[in-house]
Amino acid sequence: MRSTFVRRLLGPQNRHLWFWIFVGPFVLGLTLFTYVPLAWSVYLSFFDAHNTVSPTDFVGLDNYTAMLGDDAFTGSLVTFLVFTAFIVPATYALSLALALMVNRLRWAQAFFRSVFFLPVACSYVVAALIWKMSIFNGVRFGLANTVLDWFGADQIAWLSTTDPPWYWLVIVTVRLWLQAGFYMVLFLAGLQRISPRLYEAAAVDGARPGWQVFRHITFPQLRATSVAVVLLLVINAFQAFDEFYNLLADSRGYPPYARPPLVYLYYTALGQGQNLGLGSAGAVILALIIAVVTVVQARWFGLGRKED
Amino acid sequence: MSMSRRRLLGAGGGLALTGALAAACGSNTGRDGDDHAGQPVLEQWYHQYGEPGTEQAVRRYADAYLKANVQVQWRPGNYDQQTAAALLTKSGPDVFEVNGPTLDQIQGGQVVDLTDLLSEAKDDFNPAVLAPKTYQGKIWAVPQVIDTQLLYYRKSMLDASGVEPPRSLDALIDAAKELTTKDVKGLFLGNDGGPGVLAGTPLNAAGLTLVTEDGEVGFDDPAAARTLGKLRQLYAEKSLLLGAPSDWSDPAAFTQGLTAMQWSGLWALPQVKKALGDDFGVLPFPQDGAHGAPAVPVGAYGAAVSARARDKALAKAYVKWLWVQRTDYQEDFALRYGFHIPARISLATKAAKLRQGAAGEAVRFATDHGHAEPLLWTSASRTAYQDALSRIIKGGADPGGELRSVVRKTEAELRRVKKKS
Repeated sequence: MRSTFVRRLLGPQNRHLWFWIFVGPFVLGLTLFTYVPLAWSVYLSFFDAHNTVSPTDFVGLDNYTAMLGDDAFTGSLVTFLVFTAFIVPATYALSLALALMVNRLRWAQAFFRSVFFLPVACSYVVAALIWKMSIFNGVRFGLANTVLDWFGADQIAWLSTTDPPWYWLVIVTVRLWLQAGFYMVLFLAGLQRISPRLYEAAAVDGARPGWQVFRHITFPQLRATSVAVVLLLVINAFQAFDEFYNLLADSRGYPPYARPPLVYLYYTALGQGQNLGLGSAGAVILALIIAVVTVVQARWFGLGRKED
Repeated sequence: MSMSRRRLLGAGGGLALTGALAAACGSNTGRDGDDHAGQPVLEQWYHQYGEPGTEQAVRRYADAYLKANVQVQWRPGNYDQQTAAALLTKSGPDVFEVNGPTLDQIQGGQVVDLTDLLSEAKDDFNPAVLAPKTYQGKIWAVPQVIDTQLLYYRKSMLDASGVEPPRSLDALIDAAKELTTKDVKGLFLGNDGGPGVLAGTPLNAAGLTLVTEDGEVGFDDPAAARTLGKLRQLYAEKSLLLGAPSDWSDPAAFTQGLTAMQWSGLWALPQVKKALGDDFGVLPFPQDGAHGAPAVPVGAYGAAVSARARDKALAKAYVKWLWVQRTDYQEDFALRYGFHIPARISLATKAAKLRQGAAGEAVRFATDHGHAEPLLWTSASRTAYQDALSRIIKGGADPGGELRSVVRKTEAELRRVKKKS
């Protein structure tokens, strides 16, 4: 009796056992480190939770109305939109261009592929510090200012100048450098999947190599890859924190510009603010926005739809 | 697919990290615990001081306490965030130093009332830094050492340009402009242009406060807008050094000749002296307006006891022993490694090192013109004010309008914290 019960529990060929051995740690980690904090955060968002994770002072939707009425938070959403508007097209275009160039190489392709991919292995923190302290520092011996000096231009305090907003140049280029290589590899995989017969047929039909072939063969054939790349880029932009924090924060806080939602919430909930209720409300709002955007985007692009 | 793989790796990494952390937390601090075997354990946290020798010193003090096995944790990184998170759990410190405690920590019952520890010595503690540690007549932390900030100026550069050390805000603005050349800027107020480090100091220099003694907004006054508006001029005239490799707390920009004047901490004084010899002077933030007076900020790290301490009485006894009774250790800690002013008036007045030259002047500024951040100035108010100041200085926003919105937010914060008490 007992042995049949155990056997049934283990499943045919111990399949249940193996299922849980492989999936168990993952499920456990996901529950412990993702779902429990997520649910707790939703719970906290309905309380006045200053400096506590077990609050007693229920405030209903007050945190939500406070957050939505907070111009610093809504401003951070605008910051995010601006950042996305820069970084997504820029990374898309650069990584596609790199992929097209590397794909045409007849020799040393592996070398260039590795070279362009290499920055992906660099940490955001390290890259941000190099950008901040040696390339784009505001004094005369910074790399960018040295170059400007050759042309007789004045030195620029890249991260501190708000008019014009030079800090965007620093923020966008560091991420561009870090992530373009990764998306280049995705595009390369996409390019190599395009059947050579299509190009042959196009040549027979008299299509000029170059723009015409790219416009009518390569680009449409990359649709699935493009959709995935854009989706990933937008999600990554939403998660932006490291380079912003390391480029712009100092010991006394963070300037009121170029402050994306995660940075603002970090200061509200985890910095000196320790207003965990308000921060959680902001996180829930942000999560809802990300969910809606992702679903709409996936529908729009037809992610997962069968390719014809 | 790639998302879920990343999640899996993330979760795996998280598990591995937890294991590593658990192992790290379990280990001892490397001190031999022979003398303290069998004694109750007290965990004490310090933030990482930059000066060599400080860590060894605090471990030595801890070792000398005979009634408990005090284990010191020396914590680099974002110390305020670390303690705030640790105070939510049982595994936090028993005794910890804190740049506060904040009003929310006191109201939330996270720290223990230490009033009785100071009883006989209370009058010997500098009242300016004791005040922000006092709430409703009770003291919540024992001040350890006083830190202050001041304006360093390069005498030779001022002489070369025929500029007098500025005694008013207008003079400071003119001097900064005069001293700016192609390669050297006039003034360094931090890479953000000033809002972070200056905080309430310009308001103090205009004769105002952040929060008044009766708990009202202290800068709802046209003078505030006028003074803060002047700071914009420094930025607009390109007199400010921005984007230096190290920030205001490090005197490097000043000693390397990137700027003729710099706002920095008292802690920078030994370095400045070593690099420049006598070629520098110090000033408080210059006064502005008819009711103004020079101003410097003062603040103190304090020793506090966590409300979740395993043995609160023992933790309190230890704090009393180290930060009230053992004045020899307090003197050693304040003066031997870094450069701080002892929190005890009796120690500060007898310290020879704090009498001569620039150090003596700095101590005088701190005594005569020192302003500590009021306890009621909460983090939400500070953020609103700092954001507004940044928009005024860098964006040229209207100071009056910006300040009105800060006053509104501060009033709301004051109402919130008063409601709780």
